[in-house]
Amino acid sequence: MIQLSNFDLSLAALLVLALALSARRMYPGLAGQLVVAALRTVIQLTLIGLVLKALFANAGLLWVALLSLVMLGIAGREVMARQHRRFVGAWSYGIGVVSMFVSSFTVALFALIVVVGNEPWYQPQYAIPLLGMLLGNTMNGIALALDRLTQSAWEQRGVIEARLMLGHSTQQAMSDIRQQVFRSGLIPIINAMAAAGVVSLPGMMTGQILAGAEPVEAVKYQILIMFLITGGAGFGTMAAVHLAVRRLFDERQRLRLDRLKRSN
Amino acid sequence: MALFEVSRLSAPGLSDISFSLAAGELVCLSGPSGSGKTLLMRALADLDASSGQVCLSGTERQQIVPTQWRRQVGFLPAESRWWASLVGDHFTDQQVALERLGFEEEVREWQVERLSSGERQRLALARLLANQPLVLLLDEPTANLDPLSTQKVEQLVLDYLAENQAACLWVTHDSAQRERIAARSLQLVDGRLHEAVPA
Repeated sequence: MIQLSNFDLSLAALLVLALALSARRMYPGLAGQLVVAALRTVIQLTLIGLVLKALFANAGLLWVALLSLVMLGIAGREVMARQHRRFVGAWSYGIGVVSMFVSSFTVALFALIVVVGNEPWYQPQYAIPLLGMLLGNTMNGIALALDRLTQSAWEQRGVIEARLMLGHSTQQAMSDIRQQVFRSGLIPIINAMAAAGVVSLPGMMTGQILAGAEPVEAVKYQILIMFLITGGAGFGTMAAVHLAVRRLFDERQRLRLDRLKRSN
Repeated sequence: MALFEVSRLSAPGLSDISFSLAAGELVCLSGPSGSGKTLLMRALADLDASSGQVCLSGTERQQIVPTQWRRQVGFLPAESRWWASLVGDHFTDQQVALERLGFEEEVREWQVERLSSGERQRLALARLLANQPLVLLLDEPTANLDPLSTQKVEQLVLDYLAENQAACLWVTHDSAQRERIAARSLQLVDGRLHEAVPA
């Protein structure tokens, strides 16, 4: 594998900087965000590189579990931050974390133990990147779906209540919205699968090929990952939508928009 | 025993409301805007939480599952909402009320977005009556209608009440209408209910 120097990276950074500079006039505010995001990328990835290095040297289950939980906690915060109208109290955080935990962790365990079958199964070289990809995609699906759900419930309050008034159950009253919401959570991964290999070469596979792996082997890994991501993101979104719909209504099947608050 | 009995109902904007409706009875409800008429209707339909007791045919509301309650205590809000593009998708098999309100069978194929406000209003009433509710809560059901349609709606509701031994609480600001349809009226002022003195 060809080693990258810091000079190589700063050449790439110039590109981002150039974009920020040219966007400064027309899109004020965006340039700043771009620079901050780029800096975050550098710092966060450098840190995780160091953490992974230490972790690989000392591959205890406890450490792997600890890092996984930290990743889950941060993903939960991210889901919450992306809601325009979020549930009050611990719910907006809880729904995301519980759904991601149930889906991503189950799928990761399944992949590590049944599919990859390493010894020991929690070997961090496999466990952490796998979980990271699962969590990231599941987080996106859940964040999109929840945002759409709370927004739709707010905007279509009149229709939902009109159906309740006619004696429809909450499931019936929410059926149309639910469909759209689940769809919007799954669209990114469906699109990614549809375009894979034809329009885009997925990132992980590209990485493996750049690192010198045999393309056919890299493809196999990519297919595995995409299916796992689909399962994880799909079931995670399903769980999150289910929990959120339940929370939107009370025991007398009243629409409880007072359980939502607008975030800035 | 009254068909519909409300005692000491309270909710935000409503305090200590008690009244009852007998089978076959139509009672008008009036009051300045902001006095809580819609809030009262919503609380009775169990769309908003409220304390106190509401009984239908002697059964307490908590004993009846919410979907069943809202089918039997049917609320027609001032503005109707539609979720599908065709009128027919909002109806089950009941057509009786549709015919009575002067609609033909082909109304089912109509596009909701092309309905006039009066048609919407009358179809929303038909949609509600298709559930065969025992209590009707009508929030200004003839507000958008011409005199002829108003008369049709009034007659339909009165006939429905007589045939089904149902009761109705009808919000109106029109005193002539009040005299035409109701023997008794209630007035809501600042969230409190008063028996209106017959004019």
